[in-house]
Amino acid sequence: MEEKVIVCKDLTKRFGDFYAVNKISFEVDKGEIFGFLGANGAGKTTAMRILCGLSHPTSGEAMVAGFDVYKQAEEIKKNIGYMSQKFSLYENLTVLENIEFFGGVYGVPYAEIRRRSDNLVQQLGLTAEAKKLVGALPLGWKQKLAFSVAIFHQPRIVFLDEPTGGVDPVTRRQFWDMIYEAAASGITIFVTTHYMDEAEYCNRITIMVDGKVEALDSPANLKAQFKADNMDEVFYRLARGAKRSGD
Amino acid sequence: MRVLRYLLKKEFRQIFRDKIILAMMFAMPTIQLIIFPLAMNFDVKSVNIAVVDNDHSSYSQQLVAKIGASGYFKIVAAEPSFQSAIRYIETEKADVLLEIPPNFESHLIREGKQRIGVSVDAINGTKAAIGGNYLLMVIADFNKDIPVNMGRNMAAPAGMIDIAYSNWFNPLAEYRFYVVPAILVLLLTLIGGSMSALNIVREKEVGTIEQINVTPIQKWEFILGKLIPFWVVGMIVFTIGLLVAWGVYGIWPVGSFVTLYVFAAVYMVALLGFGLLISTYTSNQLQAMFVAFFFVMIFMLMSGLFTSVDSMPPWAKLIANLTPVTHFIRVIRMIVLKGSGFADVYMELLYLGLFAIVLNGWAIFNYRKTS
Repeated sequence: MEEKVIVCKDLTKRFGDFYAVNKISFEVDKGEIFGFLGANGAGKTTAMRILCGLSHPTSGEAMVAGFDVYKQAEEIKKNIGYMSQKFSLYENLTVLENIEFFGGVYGVPYAEIRRRSDNLVQQLGLTAEAKKLVGALPLGWKQKLAFSVAIFHQPRIVFLDEPTGGVDPVTRRQFWDMIYEAAASGITIFVTTHYMDEAEYCNRITIMVDGKVEALDSPANLKAQFKADNMDEVFYRLARGAKRSGD
Repeated sequence: MRVLRYLLKKEFRQIFRDKIILAMMFAMPTIQLIIFPLAMNFDVKSVNIAVVDNDHSSYSQQLVAKIGASGYFKIVAAEPSFQSAIRYIETEKADVLLEIPPNFESHLIREGKQRIGVSVDAINGTKAAIGGNYLLMVIADFNKDIPVNMGRNMAAPAGMIDIAYSNWFNPLAEYRFYVVPAILVLLLTLIGGSMSALNIVREKEVGTIEQINVTPIQKWEFILGKLIPFWVVGMIVFTIGLLVAWGVYGIWPVGSFVTLYVFAAVYMVALLGFGLLISTYTSNQLQAMFVAFFFVMIFMLMSGLFTSVDSMPPWAKLIANLTPVTHFIRVIRMIVLKGSGFADVYMELLYLGLFAIVLNGWAIFNYRKTS
């Protein structure tokens, strides 16, 4: 049996009488690329924030990396990486300083930080920019750097919230190469996206509509199930009925 | 501890990379200390006075001459009537109006007493009150000389009390001695109360705080990581302030430096806690700025920087004592000007310590990694 790194059952988040996330249940296997799709306002980010320990659920159960989101949020944080919608490295620190800081707070030993960051900078082709402020880098490079920093401490799971928003197609392609590489090394990828071509890259995808999980399967099975040629059609069919409008 | 080291490294890098903050760290104490004490001069000199002499006698002229010679007054007008002289007050050309009635001299000589009219423009309350007082002193002095000049009633002023007045701790009663220590407090208050708040709220605005909240960094590590750098900045600015006060005004603390720095250190922790508290309640820099400004304003106005806390009504005194600023201003004046020792001021240290604990405790309690 495959190891389950995320298990959630009837997970709910309510703000007043608004159910941002309404009784969602799913499981994610180790090393899987798990896509999380949905229109704006469908509840993707809220669900992801709960799993990262940034937000308390209202009810339901969730285990991430074997830890309970209610009681062991801090344990979860040690075992995950997170890349938010907003770019959130420090723009007034250099590339190397950002890597050092985030590596350091996750407890990577200093010598190891030095060794790994040299490799990383080389891989990303940022050798010339290593000592430049991150704020001066183009968006695509920033996003690749942010992803690398999110997996720098070799977490068990990495959560990516719309990581390729606003990025050009070539960089997106490179970004997904990095995701595959990380998945191959055993890191579970939990990714939200708007791009249906990206959905095709995932092992399995979940489509959320109005806070609920409406579909969960591999892209091929979903297309068969909805008798659609591509993921776009699948998504339209499900999202058309949505009552919540985008933000 | 390891995590804290990385946090501190990051904060110091960011602070010292910011050229504006760096420049402000030196410019703020220097400029404020040079400008404020000179501008906030409450010593009243050159009170403009308009005179209406209805008597035109040698006594009335002597009185006017004495006033003119006192050094505090500038006679801006000699008018024939009260109605024309009051115009000077109305147009703010004069602060005080002195009206000498007809038959001033003859009444003084024959009856031994005479009333004269003094009208002051109370819009600039301080200048008017002090100017009015000076005028009364000059008149009293003039009054005292009359019997002597008259060569009669020589025994009359028996038992008159002559007051020998001396100003302790500030012999020339110069206002800058009163203001300069308070400006030092103002500097620490601005840094502690707003810089830390703005810094954390900026992380909220930019979104980096979320990245921090998703790491295993503990609450206390994050907060110490923010407090320590600004505490260091505060101490540097305080030291620069002391040097400027010495260089420009020759004010060198009479009391012990250790006591002074112990107080400054605890005060800084209290104010940083206050800034931190603001940052936990606000979500953008504009809000934080506004809230910090509002409170710092109240703190400063109530603190005894401008007015004496002792002469406030009881309710105001209570509020004044509920701000840490009041306590620190009181202490810093005692240490710098009077040379008060630790034994004289240790109660104030307890108060400041209490503020530090309450404000920081509240801030830590209110800071949430998970919403």
